[in-house]
Amino acid sequence: MTQTLPVHVTVNGEAYERTVPPRLLLSDFLRHELGLTGTHVGCEHGVCGACTVLLDGDAVRSCLVFAAQVDGAVILTVEGLAGEEGLHPLQAAFHEAHALQCGFCTPGILMTLVAFLREEPRPDERAIREALAGNLCRCTGYQKIVEAVQIVAARQGPDAGGADGRSRTGKAE
Amino acid sequence: MSSGPFGARIPRSEDAALLTGRASFVDDVQRPGMLHAAFVRSELAHARLRGIDVSAARAMSGVLAVLTAEDLGDYWQPGPLLVPPAPIAGLTFHARTQVPLARGKVRHVGEPIAVVVAENRYRAEDAAEQVVVDLDPLDAVVDVAAALAPDAPLVHEDLRSNLAAHAVQTKGDYEAARHAADLLISREFLYDRGVAAAMENRGIVADWDERSGHLEVWDTTQAPIPIRNGLAALLGLSESQVRVIAPFIGGGFGPKIMMFYPEEVLLPWISMRLRRPVKWIEDRYENFFATTQERGQVHEAEIALRSDGRILGVRDVFIHDTGAYNPYGLTVPINTQCTLLGPYGVPNYYSEFRVAFTNRPIVTPIRGAGRQHGVFVMERLLDLGARELGLDAAEIRRRNFLPPDAFPHDHEILYQDFAPLVYDSGDYEPALDRAIELIGYEPRGSSAGPPTPGRQSPAEGRPDRSFPGSRLRGVGVVSYIEGTGIGPYEGARVRVEASGTVGLVTGVGTQGQGHFTSFAQLVADQLGVEVGDVRVVTGDTREFHWGTGTFASRGAVVAGNACHAAAVAVREKILQRASELFEVAEEDLELAKGRVGVRGAPERSIGLGELALRSNPLRGAVKPGTEPGLEATSYFGPARGATASGVHAMVVQVDPETAMVEIERYVVVHDCGTVINPLIVEGQIQGGVAHGIGNAFFEELSCDADGQLRNASFMDYLLPTAMEVPPIITAHIETPSPLNPLGTKGVGEAGAIPVAALFAQALEDALREYAPGLEIREIPLSPLRLFELIEDARARVARPPGAEGTP
Repeated sequence: MTQTLPVHVTVNGEAYERTVPPRLLLSDFLRHELGLTGTHVGCEHGVCGACTVLLDGDAVRSCLVFAAQVDGAVILTVEGLAGEEGLHPLQAAFHEAHALQCGFCTPGILMTLVAFLREEPRPDERAIREALAGNLCRCTGYQKIVEAVQIVAARQGPDAGGADGRSRTGKAE
Repeated sequence: MSSGPFGARIPRSEDAALLTGRASFVDDVQRPGMLHAAFVRSELAHARLRGIDVSAARAMSGVLAVLTAEDLGDYWQPGPLLVPPAPIAGLTFHARTQVPLARGKVRHVGEPIAVVVAENRYRAEDAAEQVVVDLDPLDAVVDVAAALAPDAPLVHEDLRSNLAAHAVQTKGDYEAARHAADLLISREFLYDRGVAAAMENRGIVADWDERSGHLEVWDTTQAPIPIRNGLAALLGLSESQVRVIAPFIGGGFGPKIMMFYPEEVLLPWISMRLRRPVKWIEDRYENFFATTQERGQVHEAEIALRSDGRILGVRDVFIHDTGAYNPYGLTVPINTQCTLLGPYGVPNYYSEFRVAFTNRPIVTPIRGAGRQHGVFVMERLLDLGARELGLDAAEIRRRNFLPPDAFPHDHEILYQDFAPLVYDSGDYEPALDRAIELIGYEPRGSSAGPPTPGRQSPAEGRPDRSFPGSRLRGVGVVSYIEGTGIGPYEGARVRVEASGTVGLVTGVGTQGQGHFTSFAQLVADQLGVEVGDVRVVTGDTREFHWGTGTFASRGAVVAGNACHAAAVAVREKILQRASELFEVAEEDLELAKGRVGVRGAPERSIGLGELALRSNPLRGAVKPGTEPGLEATSYFGPARGATASGVHAMVVQVDPETAMVEIERYVVVHDCGTVINPLIVEGQIQGGVAHGIGNAFFEELSCDADGQLRNASFMDYLLPTAMEVPPIITAHIETPSPLNPLGTKGVGEAGAIPVAALFAQALEDALREYAPGLEIREIPLSPLRLFELIEDARARVARPPGAEGTP
């Protein structure tokens, strides 16, 4: 455990420099090194999706990535979703539709769906369910999560290019 | 009450913190100098513990302690019997409760043997791997029926058998009913285990402060106050020295109210000895063994029916698997026993159960808490009876419903809260009618049977059952009741603060049920303030001293009524003070928009905050017989539980060649009495149904003959995803409970309870022609198991009549 590796990483628009043991998971790095505890750990084997973050714009399971692998990367976590103007449209829709109960899986679901809505701004129900199928939720039965995504999709203009007008740098603009 | 916040569809106050990542869960707690614990657990289900060598682990750098049962001294003791058995006449009951660390032998896979404390979790797990445990394997008791065989190995050797309990409850005379019956249906039913699978695993942070003599414990518990009381007693501290905080909890579903888990007992003790904060967070693999599970019952049941489908009586004899220990007493099997009766008039009932110890993880309630087993047995018996009598599924239920004038209805047996099983209120037929309307068409009776008297034949207008392609379509409808909102009591304190915001504190923990909002609605309704201006604190023993916890679908009933009562008391104080201030009668005052004033004279009003300030003066005197401030504490304890009920219906499609199932439409018509927030109630029901779908068709703990779990991961234990859970259409019937002022009944567990019974009926309906004689008498199913059942049924048809193998 003597060996450590340097990590320079931008998370939610802020630059961090740390040295980490090679086996440190990105989820633990975010939560315990950077104090960004909004990213939750539900299974640590990549199934439940609670730990999903955006890594250079892509939704990834932070429990399946080593912190040492994100050197030079740009990460967005749930803490970076809301901006000065308030909740992200998807967060607001989750509130409106009662798309969360205990809220433990919610950060991972939000990050998964933010990435999804960028690719597919006006999805139908089937597509939403497929996008959501990699995240487990024991409280809601998923229905109101689907409704929340539909609310966001309905509010986007027909030529919307993405869900939130944010760039892939992960920084709110 | 309907125009105010009570009953309004209000999005939740707690959402913002959860959506932005600010909400603090137990694993988010960080303390200076915090250590981390990892557990060494038994890899065998049943074995002698010959020795433990911790020397290598203790010698590792970064390791502060490695503890075994021996190191605990007098602190080592079995946990309390959390729920003593109900006083059933002739009861046999043997309590054997879990221990902090195994001593002498291990009784289930995952039982803790040693705990390692290190500077970080990674190091603690490294060291745990270096602990050498010498186990001498014993034959494992795995199958619940075999557990009671005379030559079965003993889980607890000081008992003569694995019998943990035996109880009989009866009503009327079943034998007489049997002789009077036109039709008897007898079958065996199996309902196997599952896990709660809250997305957040369990966890504890304990922080002993030597200087102040205070212990702070963050715990993923549904019952912070009993944990505080118990820890204080165990550790020799006063209750005021111990603060237990259950912050945001990532789902409970029952297992988070087991007291005490070994880790809950050990972490505070370790913190006091090492004088450092210490954290343990369960991982998902551990959760499959170390957190309690549920289900595992085998029933031999018989129903005595008249030719018109009326129930004359039911006999049910079952064995319940309690796992290696039984800290929860008889809660689960009594729920099964009582809930079997459902919404029906059952004049004669004989119910007998035996509880067996096995070498499997401990069984405690999980969402439904044994009720689904009873519902499954009763609904299946009715379906089989209906088939024989040529009635449709809805009609046989309709004919047996207790009528609206039957309440209160006494079933003459004891419920899990020790009170007589008396239904408070209900009206079942409108729920059935509404479900049938919403599902789109009626279930059919046997094609061989006579038309249902007094009902339209459903044949016309019903969609074609032969679905395009190879899929078959079936429909089902089932009904159930749920005893909810049991005592003993909960309390709440309401205080108007000088700022005008209202503080509401209660003792129950919250795991996502929306307490921060529903309880605030009750208070806002009484005080005329915005829901957002009621700041709710739950789950912190420093804030409220008394209470039990969140279980048995009781939050809205028991804590809700306590919140309401405290708000009513504060309202009375407000009216009294304002009446003095404005020199008008209380009847002439109104509370609205955070103010109290004279009705019709808007200039004569005062903000509640200012009135609170005046009620807490710095000079002068508070009048004798009054209290300072605008504050009240109230308690509510119902005499017995409120009976919620419902009807579920579904249309299912089955591919008979792959046995894959898709739910086309799902309807829930539910009666939880007065609804505080329909949005939250819908969410509870939808989540419950999803849980039930998992239990019915996807989730199975696959255990081998040695007691080893073969699928302890989310890769292999399949929780339903958004692809499997259909949209759920909900509708409400309201029969207010007469047992509490708000008229509420519980709803948290309801969704999960009848789903397995519904699956069975709808699948049999879909496969009626393809696999004649198919009977589904076991849960959980899976595509594989359903395929086997289909093939068995088809093979029986292919064989000449009279051949062996009929059920």
